Amino acid sequence: MKIIILGAGQVGGTLAVSLAGEDNDITLVDTNPKKLRALQDQLDLRTIVGYGSHPHILRQAGAEDADMVIAVTNSDETNMIACQVAYSVFNTPTKIARIRSPHYLKEKTLFNSDNLPVDVVISPEQLVVKHIHRLIENPGALQVMDFAEGLLRLVAVKAYYGGLLVGNTLSTLRSHMPNIEARVAAIFRRGKAIMPTGDTVIEADDEVFFIAASHHIRQIMGELQKLENPYKKIMIAGGGNIGRGLARALQDKYYVKLLEMNAKQAMAISDDLDDTIVLHGDASNQQLLVDENIDQMDVFIAVTNKDEANIMSAMLAKRLGARKTMVLINRPAYTDLLQGNEIDIAVSPQSTTTSILLTHIRRGDVANVYTLRRGAAEAMEAVAHGTEDTSKVVGRAIGEIDLPKGTTIGAIVRGEKVIIAHHNIVIQSDDHVILFLVDKKYVGEVERLFQVDLTFF
Amino acid sequence: MQTQVIIRILGILLMIFSLAMVPPIIVSFQFGDGGGLAFFTAFVISLVLGLILFLPRKNVRGELRTRDGFLVVILFWGVLSFMGAVPLYLGDIPNFGVSDAVFESFSGLTTTGATVISGLDSLSHSILFYRQQLQWMGGMGIIVLAVAVLPMLGIGGMQLYRAETPGPVKDAKLTPRIAGTAKALWYIYFGLTVACALSYWFAGMTLFDAISHSFSTIAIGGFSTHDKSIGWFNSTEIELICSVFMLIAGVNFSLHFIAVRRLSLSSYFNDTEFKVYLSILIAVILIAVGILVYHEYYDFSEAVVKAIFHTVSIGTTTGFATDDFTLWPIFLPVLLLFVSFIGGCAGSTGGGMKVIRILLLFKQGTREIKRLIHPNAIFKIRISGTAVPEKIVESVWGFFATYIVLFFIFMLILMADGHDQITAYSAVAACMNNLGPGLGEVAANYSGLSDLSKWVLSLAMLFGRLEIFTLLVLFSPDFWRS
Repeated sequence: MKIIILGAGQVGGTLAVSLAGEDNDITLVDTNPKKLRALQDQLDLRTIVGYGSHPHILRQAGAEDADMVIAVTNSDETNMIACQVAYSVFNTPTKIARIRSPHYLKEKTLFNSDNLPVDVVISPEQLVVKHIHRLIENPGALQVMDFAEGLLRLVAVKAYYGGLLVGNTLSTLRSHMPNIEARVAAIFRRGKAIMPTGDTVIEADDEVFFIAASHHIRQIMGELQKLENPYKKIMIAGGGNIGRGLARALQDKYYVKLLEMNAKQAMAISDDLDDTIVLHGDASNQQLLVDENIDQMDVFIAVTNKDEANIMSAMLAKRLGARKTMVLINRPAYTDLLQGNEIDIAVSPQSTTTSILLTHIRRGDVANVYTLRRGAAEAMEAVAHGTEDTSKVVGRAIGEIDLPKGTTIGAIVRGEKVIIAHHNIVIQSDDHVILFLVDKKYVGEVERLFQVDLTFF
Repeated sequence: MQTQVIIRILGILLMIFSLAMVPPIIVSFQFGDGGGLAFFTAFVISLVLGLILFLPRKNVRGELRTRDGFLVVILFWGVLSFMGAVPLYLGDIPNFGVSDAVFESFSGLTTTGATVISGLDSLSHSILFYRQQLQWMGGMGIIVLAVAVLPMLGIGGMQLYRAETPGPVKDAKLTPRIAGTAKALWYIYFGLTVACALSYWFAGMTLFDAISHSFSTIAIGGFSTHDKSIGWFNSTEIELICSVFMLIAGVNFSLHFIAVRRLSLSSYFNDTEFKVYLSILIAVILIAVGILVYHEYYDFSEAVVKAIFHTVSIGTTTGFATDDFTLWPIFLPVLLLFVSFIGGCAGSTGGGMKVIRILLLFKQGTREIKRLIHPNAIFKIRISGTAVPEKIVESVWGFFATYIVLFFIFMLILMADGHDQITAYSAVAACMNNLGPGLGEVAANYSGLSDLSKWVLSLAMLFGRLEIFTLLVLFSPDFWRS
């Protein structure tokens, strides 16, 4: 696919990394030659220096025959205009723009081909808010991914001593919970993937990915770790778009405190959110945290725009007695350093954004994509189409499908029904199939598996 | 330094290079000249050596850093040049020592076209074909070829590509992916070669000569299968065909790419470098015609043909000849040698310092004058309508100074070795500019030089082909410090 990415910032850069590795022709446009040079040294792509919304720059980048334009510069307006230019001048089929400001996002009639021709609007802040919200709803989970409109969830959990299943083989799961169906999609032990079979023994500290219907998640998590009580009290550090959005989403069900350093901003948030206690002060001020009963807090979430400030305040909060800490971290290198010690969960805005974008880049009918483990693994919801003759999956039992290495089918959603995968289940047309890929290298093969032979059309 | 990865790549490359011995073997069977054994031996040596390097490191993986890129490129060129010398040494060329074989092989791959062989007409067809083929492979660049066919060089391929591309601007890619760019270049290169071979054939060359000469024409090499070079054919038609194709091959290949893709010639005439390239050659041709007619060397029409042919041949650094131009009034051969310092356009197969660099130097010179007149004005150097970054302008000065310094060092070494000044000057110029024929003792061929001089000149050719800095970094202690 020929893809033009505008903006070589955090999102643009990560996206380029994950797309250039696959079979795509990437052209990256930015005004900063240094950033481009660094990426060009590292990846096989073309770079162009200039303003992404200018038609001549887009033409130079090959917009005339590009399949997709992804506008992720740091200006909403540039992104929107770039999509307009791509639509009006070059007729680009797919146009994706990052829009940050909630004021644009609120308008439902704004983004369509008659007005602003943006096919997919991504708003990283909103995605992060949703992501953190899901984590809070599922205490103990490292990552929660929705499939089939939330019917089905893929959850990553760390196994701890005290979990009933820890030290036992996977096949005992069934005898523990006869009425609940779940499937372990993959296990990561000390960073390495293990393909789970019935005989695999779960050890403490394993990172286990399992798939189950959404309402069963909590019971299964109890098998892997001592079940945590639902969260009640939450403290958020940072009142930017993410912090504010999060407080708004949580304030009805939870007891929320929000810390904001800037007095004016704090006032504005206070006007906006009436069920949240808005505090004016520095999140790394020990006295303030103690005064606000940090030791009573179930979760401390640091979402300012400085990685370092987030990390330090979360470590402090943990030391002062907060039960769980979640931290927004932009730099992938920091994530490896931290997760699992004082920081319980590191949330990466890039990986949530990249996931959404990948959904539109994958060939075949793909409803959801989630990148995992910093882009190394991937979970995918693909829709099977065709008949037994035109498709490589329809009409075949799961055990018969020739899956690439490291790939498992976790579950199938047929209409409203969730079917956990067994090797004798036969896939029908229009089934949503949830796959888990331990190694992203095989994405192309999976895509091909779900493509329908041309004779179908 | 990723030593293991580098050795692994080198092994693969040697194995691929062994395939270069196959066409000469076929030629040898075709003509029954008995030269096949040398090539078969070389094929086996190259393959086995490649396997020895590759097999123990079959599963080594790693990414090349910028620094490794330089080493890989130099090793590619160095090792392949030596490997390329093997069949020449084993072949049946009379009085051919190791230094002769190495010189010939370097001269071939760097598209210099200087030869140490006299009596080409009596050599076996397989060896003649092999020499032409070496130039053809070196013309577009071994690395570019490797990047085009080896997907594993995709990541890190840009470093290699940059180290080999001629010209001051190294980051321009024709397509988003490096392999695509390399392939596009080779398609154009291959297409031009076929067109050239067909034209020669229709103009009366034998098929063997047509193919052989098309290789060295499009590569801007200058090797011929005859001692008298293109002059052997004694045909104005062939001379003019040759001039046209040398002219085309001396143009930036990305212009050809754009022209083919848009099916229009506008890309050429919007390009300042191309216009300057053409103007220089036309100016020199006019001067040459004037001088030749004035001294009554030829009649007018012959003077025009000879002037066009030799100016294009020397100016683009090809080095074909149809007449002994060194016997012309001394002004002309020296002028032509100076023109060869300018050479072809950036991104072409030509040698020299490249038109764009000279253009930038010239523009910078005029800018200094303008600055004296308007001390407070800000002047940008523009080429084809866009401002050139100051960094590139600076690097051109660095390149120019280093080029000249190296030129003098090589020239002094040759003079210390006992050669007269004309010979030393012209031999070094001809080798560094990847031109080929020189003046004085090296006017016909380089066989009269001592072994030391041949090695020094081989190095000079490599310096010229890799544009100095790629090779010079190896001599910097910083490079070896981890």
